[in-house]
Amino acid sequence: MIAIPSIPGFLREPNGPIGKPVNRVDGRKKVTGDAHYAAEFTLPDLAHGCIVSSAIARGRITRIDTAAALALPGVIHIFTHENRPSLAWFDRKWKDDDAPKGSPFRPLYDAEIHHALQPVALVIAESFELARYAARLVHIEYEVAPHQTNLRANRANTFTPGKDKGGFQPPPKPRGNPEQAFLDSPVQVDVEFTQAAEYHNPMEMHATTVLHHDDGTLTVHDKTQGAQNCHTYVCNVFGLPKSAVRVMSPFVGGAFGSGLRPQHQLFMAMLAATQLKRSVRVELSRPQMFSFGHRPETIQRVALGADRDGTLRALIHEAVQESSRNENYVEIVVNWSGQQYTCDNVRLDYKLSRLDVHTPQDQRAPGAATGVPALEIAMDELACKLGMDPVELRLKNYAETDPNTGNPFSSKELRACFQHGAERFGWAKRTPAPRSMREGRELIGWGMAAGVWDAMQGQAAAKAVLGVDGKLVVSSATADIGTGTYTVMTQIAADVLGLPIEEVTFCLGDSSLPTAPIEGGSWTVSTVGSAVKAVCDRVRSQLVTLAGKLDNSPLKGVAEADVLFADGHLIVRNDRSRRLSITDVMRGSGTLSIEEEARALPYLLARARHTFATHSAVFVEVRVDEDLGTIRVARVVSAIAAGRIINPKTARSQIQGAVVWGIGMGLEEEAFTDHRLGRVMNHDYAEYHVPVNADVPEIDVLFVEEHDDMVNALGAKGVGEIGIVGVPAAIANAIHHATGVRVRDFPITLDKVLAGLR
Amino acid sequence: MRSFTYARADSAADAVGRAGASGTAFVAGGTNLLDLMKADVVHPERLVDISRLPLDRIEDTAEGGLRLGALARNADTAYDERVQTRYPMLSKAILAGASAQLRNMATNGGNLLQRTRCYYFYDTATPCNKREPGSGCGAIGGVNRIHAILGASDQCIAVHPSDLCVALAALEAVVQVTGPEGERSIPFAEFHRLPGDRPEIDTVLRPGDLITAIDLPAKGFAEHSTYLKIRDRASYAFALVSVAAGLEMDGGTVRDARLALGGVAHKPWRDPEAEAALIGKPATPDQFRGAARVLLRDAKGHEHNSFKIELAERAIVRALTEAAERKGAPRP
Amino acid sequence: MAQLKASLRPATAPPPEPIPVTLTVNGVERTLHLAPWTTLLDALRLHLDLTGTKKGCDHGQCGACTVLVDGRRINSCLTLAAMQDGRKVTTIEGLTTGDALHPLQEAFIEHDAFQCGYCTPGQICSAAGLIAEGKASTDDEIRELMSGNLCRCGAYPNIVAAIRQAMAAVATKAEGAP
Repeated sequence: MIAIPSIPGFLREPNGPIGKPVNRVDGRKKVTGDAHYAAEFTLPDLAHGCIVSSAIARGRITRIDTAAALALPGVIHIFTHENRPSLAWFDRKWKDDDAPKGSPFRPLYDAEIHHALQPVALVIAESFELARYAARLVHIEYEVAPHQTNLRANRANTFTPGKDKGGFQPPPKPRGNPEQAFLDSPVQVDVEFTQAAEYHNPMEMHATTVLHHDDGTLTVHDKTQGAQNCHTYVCNVFGLPKSAVRVMSPFVGGAFGSGLRPQHQLFMAMLAATQLKRSVRVELSRPQMFSFGHRPETIQRVALGADRDGTLRALIHEAVQESSRNENYVEIVVNWSGQQYTCDNVRLDYKLSRLDVHTPQDQRAPGAATGVPALEIAMDELACKLGMDPVELRLKNYAETDPNTGNPFSSKELRACFQHGAERFGWAKRTPAPRSMREGRELIGWGMAAGVWDAMQGQAAAKAVLGVDGKLVVSSATADIGTGTYTVMTQIAADVLGLPIEEVTFCLGDSSLPTAPIEGGSWTVSTVGSAVKAVCDRVRSQLVTLAGKLDNSPLKGVAEADVLFADGHLIVRNDRSRRLSITDVMRGSGTLSIEEEARALPYLLARARHTFATHSAVFVEVRVDEDLGTIRVARVVSAIAAGRIINPKTARSQIQGAVVWGIGMGLEEEAFTDHRLGRVMNHDYAEYHVPVNADVPEIDVLFVEEHDDMVNALGAKGVGEIGIVGVPAAIANAIHHATGVRVRDFPITLDKVLAGLR
Repeated sequence: MRSFTYARADSAADAVGRAGASGTAFVAGGTNLLDLMKADVVHPERLVDISRLPLDRIEDTAEGGLRLGALARNADTAYDERVQTRYPMLSKAILAGASAQLRNMATNGGNLLQRTRCYYFYDTATPCNKREPGSGCGAIGGVNRIHAILGASDQCIAVHPSDLCVALAALEAVVQVTGPEGERSIPFAEFHRLPGDRPEIDTVLRPGDLITAIDLPAKGFAEHSTYLKIRDRASYAFALVSVAAGLEMDGGTVRDARLALGGVAHKPWRDPEAEAALIGKPATPDQFRGAARVLLRDAKGHEHNSFKIELAERAIVRALTEAAERKGAPRP
Repeated sequence: MAQLKASLRPATAPPPEPIPVTLTVNGVERTLHLAPWTTLLDALRLHLDLTGTKKGCDHGQCGACTVLVDGRRINSCLTLAAMQDGRKVTTIEGLTTGDALHPLQEAFIEHDAFQCGYCTPGQICSAAGLIAEGKASTDDEIRELMSGNLCRCGAYPNIVAAIRQAMAAVATKAEGAP
């Protein structure tokens, strides 16, 4: 049942739904309140859980007194490390598809405290309010041990990780002689960048509802980007047969990476449900959303050496990031710097420092969103020193092939992004000197940056069932975290079989469906979309065969390649009067349904010989108050090269949303840790600032034409991450252009600008 | 949230009577109290719902001012035509705070009693003298970007988070209170306390006191006033620094001046000497800067908030400049 | 609005007793027996199974729980159900008329004004409140007065476009009314 990968080029029907701005197929459910998220399923005997979080950052629990809480009528049980059941022993049982090298955190496993807000007890009660009340009455005493949470204080205390996490290669070996080339360069930039820790903070707080059925089986509604990842995890950890558990996540209220790994609310709800043999819901509080996974704090150095004509002679990029004591979370950060520009002397270096924090977690464009802005600010600084236009400098050093590997790109239309983006923005009207543009008390700055992200593909399976009524149901255990998976998969299936969108249903978010990997890294269209296309191709072949066999068939003897599928019909390509409806083929051949399953793999040979990437050029106008330092992003143009765009409407939304993330990263988002307590202090939405509506201007998104017949059968690369990558740098560069103040410490809050305005 | 009982008061006297029992709190809008109860920062045993008492009117006073009912909603106050035309700085201040939803819920009286947004006050795993007297101040030596630069003590460097109160301070409003010992009027400058060695006490209210109204004097500085709020995002964030500024102008000369700062102290910060430094002087940036420096002369920064001192100076100059330029009562 | 007298007390008071609370929810009168500590949000989600109203922070910091009470938008997480006794509550489920979507709902779909959908009911209820308030006429005013509704997916430009369209549709309808 494995579809042999071939490279058929783009889909054949030019008028199909692929490429059309189709409205979200799940839109009606979402605007009417009919889309149900993890905490919104119930059974009559549902019990409610509330987690108690550690008050300290490191040490051990010496005493837990649950008497006062248990004395409350309606409190059912309190789980702690002291009374937990026997659980899996080996680390591999606790690992999940996104686990880095190391030993995964085990909730309630023992008395040890590894990080602040670590879950230390679970109160189960008959109502949500009662569980919350009782949780406040659980008295815990600790023996405090010294902790280290300050990356700056520990920046020298590092090690070099290996290939410790899927999707991330260690930096390539240095090429040329970067140190000497830098020293020999007539123009030099050598600067340090810092990036604050950021929390994903999806709108939906992590929650799990476990429905305990009479037959002992469990339906687990979890907030996750991978129902099967969680399914494997809970079966392994709790020693359950796969058939006893089904994990569902049909709607996920945002995740951005926070749902790539099974989070502890899943463990907690499963613990209670399996032990108490009843249905249980555990929902984290917003402060507890700061108790797992974050974009790690990073310190970087970028050194660029160039000739006076702008030719890069040396490029050095070093990064130090935090990880936990128990796992080596890596996102490498620096590799894109070796890929973006042609340079003969390059050294890329990536190190980790272990701190007493929970393991960081992939967050939108992990690594690239941190590393590329550092490079792109350094490039801007170099352009300033050279007196060269920033776009020109980038074109001067444009990499036609991947300098890291020497391989060609499968496609790369970054040049078109620069051109079209600059035109749309009006970049030619920019006056290069800082502080040279203003309106009243506002200093105006125009900045730009390039972006890059990997166009990855995994393997996935999909199932298709075509009914005699002409309705098609396609399914795969992927997720839609707001990315539009439901819609684009529906479009792909409808396109292949020439069906109206309304006749196609796509099912996801269910561990019992055909295998799909976790949804992340912008690889879902590529990975699952390829499987959907493959399985629909099989249905298509079947239909052609069946049609050819019908008596007096107008399609008799017509080869599959000569049959078009459109408007619910099979049509002979060069004689459109010869046609049969799908329902007629089904009825005529006595076929009640056609069921197919297929698995799609990446084009491994092509992948070995090429670099696959999406690219962007982003142009930003900021307005900075010349006295107060307040910063406003006034307009953004983001030009994207990401292969074929399946749905320009949802893809545009992805890019816009990622630009908003870039605004947050550039100007607002920062977890403040009190290093004496080892604790993030601004752990809520009031003080951890994410952009609000008033922060966000019109965002102009353009997709440049990019043909790619190697990336996958769809020619599509995925757009979830690329939109954020250049944005923080473009903002920083625009602020410098507006004010002459160069800030290399994200987020750029007004105090940092004010310090330079004095 | 801990266990509590709930009762609805049917008159102000009933409310005051019920508040005699210890552990009683009034609830009106609920926007701050319920937040704090959920965070386990406060745990009243009895809630007395006063939200339906007839204290929500906005009425002219015999003295030519305006009486704002304690239970008038923030939004209704900000959009009241009399407030908009006669006290535009107040309207602007209210609309600079919170969100439209919260302003539809929150009452004027409740806004006066809003507690600080200090991280340590909210996080019960950390020390806080305001939440738990004697436990220490986490913010001193900790994360203190949003904290006080004026009037703080070695016990507490929290700031009052209100925008509305900053304008009320500048307008010299008077708080009307009824309590077990009868009715009394509290000048706004005396209403909020500095932390000193009792940071757990925010105001001069006594147990059982109920705010009934806030009186605005006739003088509203409608022609030359503004409210400037500086924050880390464009909306829905507490002030790093805010300025309520009102001037009376005589040509280019300042005849009277009011200046109050928010986001910098345990209470809206006013200084008669700074205002005196403006009166009789030309309305120039240099004069404004001079007044700002008087107002900020004792300002003291901490690890993360020293920038507020210069920011406040610049904000004062900007706000006074805008106020001086402003003609008529603009739409807030 | 008095000072809280006791910030700390030894606490094992038993859970509060339920009291009757009557709400008219989406036009239907409902009497519930709720402990006073139940917020309006939890009453809707947990007791009336109206899960369209979302919990994004439970502290008035995100707007996902926005509903209309007597026609005005509020954060349902920061009010007790008991405090709203006797009032009319409109949730996202109450905006549709039969199968017909509210103009805001249609505009949100058309403009792709959401991604994950979790903040969406709150955005739409908030926008309905905004239109009723009549204080926003420009895009910047819409942005400011919708800033109490976070959207972590960053759909803000499309949200503004959708509201602008719905506002025009509502105005046209009002003008056309006899």
